[in-house]
Amino acid sequence: MTKLLILLVLVLGILAIAQLARVYELTSRMRGKREEDISPADNRLNANLMWVFLITYFGFFLWLLIRYSDKMLPIAASEQGESTDWLLNFNWVILFIPFVITNVLLFTFAAKYVHNKNRRAFWQPHNNKLELIWTVIPAAVLAVIIIYGLRTWNTITSPASPDAIQVELYAKQFDWTARYPGADGVLGASDFRLINGTNPLGIVTPESVAGRLLELQEEIAGIDDMLANDVLPDSKRDELTDQVERLRRHRSRVINLRTVMELDIKENGNASIYMAGADDIVTKDFYLPVKQEARLLIRSRDVIHSAYIPHMRVQMNAVPGMTTSMKMVPTITTDSMRTIPEVVNKVNDINAIRQGQGKEAYVFDYLLLCNKICGASHYNMQMTLTVTSAAEYEAWYKEAQKKPFQATDAEAVPEPAAAPSVDDNAVPADAQAAVRPN
Amino acid sequence: MGATTTAEAGHHGHDAHHHHEESFISKWIFSQDHKMIGKQFLVTAIFMAWVAVIMSIIFRLQLAWPGEGFAFTNFFLGEKWAPGGILDPNMYLALVTIHGTIMVFFVLTGGLSGTFANLLIPLQVGARDMASGFINMLSYWFFFLSSMVMLSSLFVEGGPASAGWTIYPPLSALPQTIPGSGAGMTLWLVSMTLFIASSLMGGLNYVVTILNLRTKGMKMTRMPLTMWAIFITAVLGVLSFPVLLSAALLLLMDRVMGTSFYLSEIHVAGEALDNVGGSPILFQHLFWFLGHPEVYIVLLPALGITSEIISTNARKPIFGYRAMIGSILAIGFLSFIVWGHHMFITGMNPFLGSVFVFTTLLIAIPSAVKVFNYITTLWRGNIVFTPGMLFSIGLVATFIAGGLTGIILADSALDINVHDTYFVVAHFHIVMGMSAIFGMFAGIYHWFPKMYGKMMNTKLGYAHFWITFVCAFGVFFPMHFIGLAGAPRRYYSYSEFPMFDTVVDLNVLVTVFAIIGAMAQILFTYNFFYSIWRGPKAVQNPWRSNTLEWTTPVEHLHGNWPGPIPTVYRWPYDYSKPGKEDDFVPQTVPLEAGEEEH
Ligand code: HEM
Ligand SMILES: [Cu+2]
Ligand SMILES: [Cu+2]
Repeated sequence: MTKLLILLVLVLGILAIAQLARVYELTSRMRGKREEDISPADNRLNANLMWVFLITYFGFFLWLLIRYSDKMLPIAASEQGESTDWLLNFNWVILFIPFVITNVLLFTFAAKYVHNKNRRAFWQPHNNKLELIWTVIPAAVLAVIIIYGLRTWNTITSPASPDAIQVELYAKQFDWTARYPGADGVLGASDFRLINGTNPLGIVTPESVAGRLLELQEEIAGIDDMLANDVLPDSKRDELTDQVERLRRHRSRVINLRTVMELDIKENGNASIYMAGADDIVTKDFYLPVKQEARLLIRSRDVIHSAYIPHMRVQMNAVPGMTTSMKMVPTITTDSMRTIPEVVNKVNDINAIRQGQGKEAYVFDYLLLCNKICGASHYNMQMTLTVTSAAEYEAWYKEAQKKPFQATDAEAVPEPAAAPSVDDNAVPADAQAAVRPN
Repeated sequence: MGATTTAEAGHHGHDAHHHHEESFISKWIFSQDHKMIGKQFLVTAIFMAWVAVIMSIIFRLQLAWPGEGFAFTNFFLGEKWAPGGILDPNMYLALVTIHGTIMVFFVLTGGLSGTFANLLIPLQVGARDMASGFINMLSYWFFFLSSMVMLSSLFVEGGPASAGWTIYPPLSALPQTIPGSGAGMTLWLVSMTLFIASSLMGGLNYVVTILNLRTKGMKMTRMPLTMWAIFITAVLGVLSFPVLLSAALLLLMDRVMGTSFYLSEIHVAGEALDNVGGSPILFQHLFWFLGHPEVYIVLLPALGITSEIISTNARKPIFGYRAMIGSILAIGFLSFIVWGHHMFITGMNPFLGSVFVFTTLLIAIPSAVKVFNYITTLWRGNIVFTPGMLFSIGLVATFIAGGLTGIILADSALDINVHDTYFVVAHFHIVMGMSAIFGMFAGIYHWFPKMYGKMMNTKLGYAHFWITFVCAFGVFFPMHFIGLAGAPRRYYSYSEFPMFDTVVDLNVLVTVFAIIGAMAQILFTYNFFYSIWRGPKAVQNPWRSNTLEWTTPVEHLHGNWPGPIPTVYRWPYDYSKPGKEDDFVPQTVPLEAGEEEH
């Protein structure tokens, strides 16, 4: 209601201004003044407003800086973040100088050289020396920016060391899943055709391939059966025919995959990439040890997502059909971060606000969020990252290893998704049962 | 230079004094007169801009007060997309997408180039009309049709395209992933195809007219900077829009014919798709090969307009005319080799990334030169504050802010952390939403007398400028801070992330400024339409300007000049030239004996 009133007042205000301007126009027309003749008073008014604006502009900038600088991202929690934060500040310092100089000159000149009919503008079509100077100076400054920038960029993007911890971050609408290698230290192969309720990442192992083939077989048989025996409207029949054809194509491709896999296993035995998947850990927990390099491999199942961990200052897109990667070295554990005064203050500020709104309290955590438009729930596609000491990480990892992707006993089949997403449910329940690895 | 008077023997055969009365249809609707076509583009663009503004208010309301119902939202979207006035998340994305599409393509490309290229090219180079009036007319009608198709997509089942104005596949290719990628997306692609056809027809006409139909004495180096800017803009458009067209066609094929240009290894809605071997990244390369030149297609005409207006109203020659031309050329060339800066974190080869950092930062040099030259033009000028002049100064101020944040974004190591956050939103709104729009407003105020033979109200122009200027900063400046707090763009709401709670009040501030700023555009719209009917009659050369368009009579006539096309003897910036009585010397005045050109 108050908002409506404010709106009403604004509209009326605007209309009032419009009317006033018209009245003014009529009176000045009666006095024989032409619209294009800008009166000295008008010129002076605008010149003064130029000064006022300059001051307001810088004032607004300063106010934002003072009021919000502690509300920006807290101290970087990764090595790479430390270097990019430094670089960012370095750039701000450099850029602040031309920002101030050019704005001051622009508004001052505009205000100062306001029209005066007794004066003539200075005739100055060009000045080659001046122009040369202000081509060369920006070029030199940019050279510095480029050199520092690329140095950092090269360090950030250089290959990770071979003994970095490998974690796969897997995106789908609208959640993240992490995958850790098992004791062999190798992430198994994966293929999107194997994805189903129990194998959300499509990990390729002899068992998962066999299970998926069985599942496809049953689905095909089920549809064939319907086509043969049920009375169906034509449209439905066409749809089912299409579907069964697609399933057959998939089955033949999975069979190809099986051939490739079997050859590879024959050749490499247990070293085969297809033997590496069974002990992988598929989990909703994302843990990393502090001070150790991590290599994050990023994949997507459906659309482009982006793995963004603002506190670490890292980001990489998740692109279906390819694996991207980034490396990082976390420098502060989640627990220590929670005790840093800057963070404590920030959390307190946040909780003061949340309390006012009756929302539950906030505890600091590193977050992995999605930063590429990916659909309706793009705004809520997050996963917590927990950075711990090396010892705690080992303990967590040991525990997690007890629930590998493919357990040898049927009880321990992982239930990775916290809540199964809609598309997983689309697989018929009995088909799911059929693929339970044995 | 092949300056000729070929325009005199125009294709339409009748010379300046045309004898037959034009019918209503051929004068007002299917007009082939460049001035009328320019006005048609402008009015269409104003309408489209309002659509986009209303959309932005709807989603700004949601961002400031997430989850609250608004009668305003409900009024425009109905129960389907805003039950109880609460915006639907899919509709949020749809509005953001269509808002961006309309602003970038329909307002700042079609609207800006369409209006001023059409209005000014023949008038400023001294031609009777465009090289082909018929193709020019088609260009407008394709634009109109394209606008209608885009608007119609708002009403289809599933809603309009929702994958962002950059329509990255697979999101834009698969209706299973977002409802807007159904019929809405198909209409988006159809609309853009029409749009591209329109802008190619327009662009070729602009290039040919500028190259071939200049009047006697109008050497390339005597052309106003508006002409240079529009010329290079047209060249950029002609070279880059076909690439967008191919990207769109391939996407269309992926959508309807089952091809796999952009799709590979996708499992969606419980189903593995057949597509293998394509790459979504290919689309991004094709898109940004247009996309980056596009941002200069948007900006260059505004810079050209501003050069003209600043020089005229500072009563002083534009400083460094040749450097200004040089920087337009440099920007135009470089804009083709920087597209990768939109893709630093797509997994591209880091070395390739470095190359794009280098080329992108090179663009900052000509941009800086332009800013310095504008400022120097003001120095010791004799400045008349017309509304057009105010908007031009506003453009320079915003170009400074936007150019500087561009340097941060171009630094790949820094872009990692701000890419796709509100920082980018701030950056491109300051250069497009402010600089380019200000250039457009400046042009409208400045050339309104030429378009309609009437004057717009100056006082309303002042109010419009100052409210808009303050509000636009109020809207876009704080967004840098929201972005540096790590807040991603294209989020329906931030309430799932307590970490952003402390910048939420900035979102409220932004929305309040946005609403006031939008209201100020009522002033403009009122002033514009009211002045067309009731504004005071304009004189021939109200701003005491040198360029050729002010030598045509106030009343429009087909063929522009009643007599022969005037001959040009000097550059257009002889303002306050020593030894001259007046503080301006039109281009049609011959050089005196011993007078140096400049
Ligand atoms: C000194 C000049 C400029 C530089 C160095 C620069 C640099 C950049 C960079 C590196 C990005 C990518 C940021 C990211 O997505 O993470 C970007 C985005 C953008 N820039 Fe600029 N820019 C400049 C001027 C302009 C101008 C003049 C315009 C328009 C008239 C413009 C419009 C845009 C737009 C629309 C985007 C965002 C596209 C999107 O992702 O939706 N920029 N700019
Ligand atoms: Cu996502
Ligand atoms: Cu770009």
